[in-house]
Amino acid sequence: MEPNKIPEEEVGPSVAKPLLKTLDPVKNHKPRVKKPRYLTHALIIAIGLIMLYPLLWMVMSSFKENTEIFQSGSFFPKNFTLENYIQGWTGVSGVTFGRFFLNSGIIVTLCIIGNVFACSMAAYAFARLDFAFKKVLFMIMLITLMLPFHVTVIPQYIMFNYLDWINTFIPLTLPKFLATEGFFIFLMVQFMRSIPRELEEAAQIDGCGKIRMYWQLIMPLSVPALITTMIFTFIWTWNDFFSQLLYLSNIKLYTVAVGLRMFVDSMGESSWGALFAMSALSLIPLFVVFIFFQRYIIEGITAGGVKG
Amino acid sequence: MIALKNAWRRNAVAYMFLTPWIVGLIGLSAIPMVASLYFSFTNYDMFTDPQWVGLANYAQMFQDQKWLNSVEVTFKYVFISVPLQLTFALCVALALSKGLKGLRFYRAIYYVPSLFGGSVAVALLWRQLFGGDGLVNRGLAVFGIEGTNWISQPDTALYTLIILAVWQFGAPMIIFLAGLKQIPIELYEAAKIDGAGKFKQFFKITLPLLTPIVLFNLVMQVISAFQAFTPAFIISGGSGGPLDSTLFYTLYLYQKAFTQFQMGYASAMAWLLLAAIAILTALIFLSSKKWVHYQE
Repeated sequence: MEPNKIPEEEVGPSVAKPLLKTLDPVKNHKPRVKKPRYLTHALIIAIGLIMLYPLLWMVMSSFKENTEIFQSGSFFPKNFTLENYIQGWTGVSGVTFGRFFLNSGIIVTLCIIGNVFACSMAAYAFARLDFAFKKVLFMIMLITLMLPFHVTVIPQYIMFNYLDWINTFIPLTLPKFLATEGFFIFLMVQFMRSIPRELEEAAQIDGCGKIRMYWQLIMPLSVPALITTMIFTFIWTWNDFFSQLLYLSNIKLYTVAVGLRMFVDSMGESSWGALFAMSALSLIPLFVVFIFFQRYIIEGITAGGVKG
Repeated sequence: MIALKNAWRRNAVAYMFLTPWIVGLIGLSAIPMVASLYFSFTNYDMFTDPQWVGLANYAQMFQDQKWLNSVEVTFKYVFISVPLQLTFALCVALALSKGLKGLRFYRAIYYVPSLFGGSVAVALLWRQLFGGDGLVNRGLAVFGIEGTNWISQPDTALYTLIILAVWQFGAPMIIFLAGLKQIPIELYEAAKIDGAGKFKQFFKITLPLLTPIVLFNLVMQVISAFQAFTPAFIISGGSGGPLDSTLFYTLYLYQKAFTQFQMGYASAMAWLLLAAIAILTALIFLSSKKWVHYQE
């Protein structure tokens, strides 16, 4: 038993942690850390590397010459080249990947705006207001969370087709402005319920109405939940394939996901290099968001159990 | 009078906040669901009016070899990939939870596949990895094993998709990690004093206390596995091939609805999918009374 563990057992864990910190502020004691376990570390890193290897290999291959990708066994490119990126960027039938990225960007931005406002409004009502049929409506909201979208997608398609909205971004974005993503409502309701009521009571005494309360009090305090919503909307919309495949058939409106699929169909499998280059590019936005907002992603997953 | 007026006002304000959601609920969920149920009893190709055929679509499914096959493929996919994925997630979470340094970094590395996994890019990469001259075969060649084209073999194609699903164990892993943190250290210390070994600690403390989280992950992953679409579509080029061995239920539904425009048949398929998910979820919850340990 190592020395830094003794006080914890004497004082109890809740007091022990701050106590240890005051005793030794330089070293951050974690009570359960024993001697460094190199074997565990090595194993975890090795498995992690095997898992990430395909992705790393794809990135490395995107800088190789096409003939080198399948012939040489070396991991790093022998002749570093950007040719794949230049060739890939030209895209399909005169529409460049720049256009695909722009389209994805527009759709993602609209979806984020829609989800943040529509879901937070519904969440505010469920978390803070009193109204008739509240329990029933909340139950319905939870049920819609579990519904497979296949039972609605066919009539939706027929409806959007009837309205002549196929080959526009409306079928992909309008639903978000109507708070169809129950998961985010649920997430925000959980969050808003944790905001102390005293703040609103004080505001009410000052004559603050419900609309101002939502906009000037609840929304600013809910920023962490709103960021989580934005991040997941970004990831899901960026990765979405089914509805973009369904509603977009005009190549000028293609997103990155649909564009990549079109790209492989038109180029065949002869130019893996260009395909890897564009695939790698398509993952960069996700990666950047992940690096900067990892905390919110972890919180979002633990709060509601996200598909990933 | 005043009380009534206040109640009315209170409801009006609340329903104003709920307006977008209610419009969406009615216009994009409720009406489409009713319409979908109606279509499932008709023949409808979007160009002529729907024709009422009663239960014919439902009856036809059980004679449709392709449909029966897609059910089998989907069940195989769900029942193999979900348990493997959750086992993996739990093992990694256990390894990471023992107060290791660098937890945040490791957790991030193991989550990366889940972040990218649903994308078209990764599905395309998978097609290369398991192709004839793909990375996997070159790895096997080092050990003197000659691989085949895993993607174009009907016997193995589905397993490449299962590996892709298992690879994305990041989300359940993070939930397991959060659950492991909740287990009081005192329990383990008490067990240690009683002389319980690592194995006994795991089966007597960790696993029972984690069962509510296993249940949650199980339900979520089963529901999402049933709806998997992108990898099968991309890897098989939209066909569900070779020989329908990757024809997921959702992929067949997509083909029926949006390439053959058999909207009635596809709607009936959608309702059976809903029924299957509902029944399976209910069964999991019913069985959970036997194996989930709730703390009082």
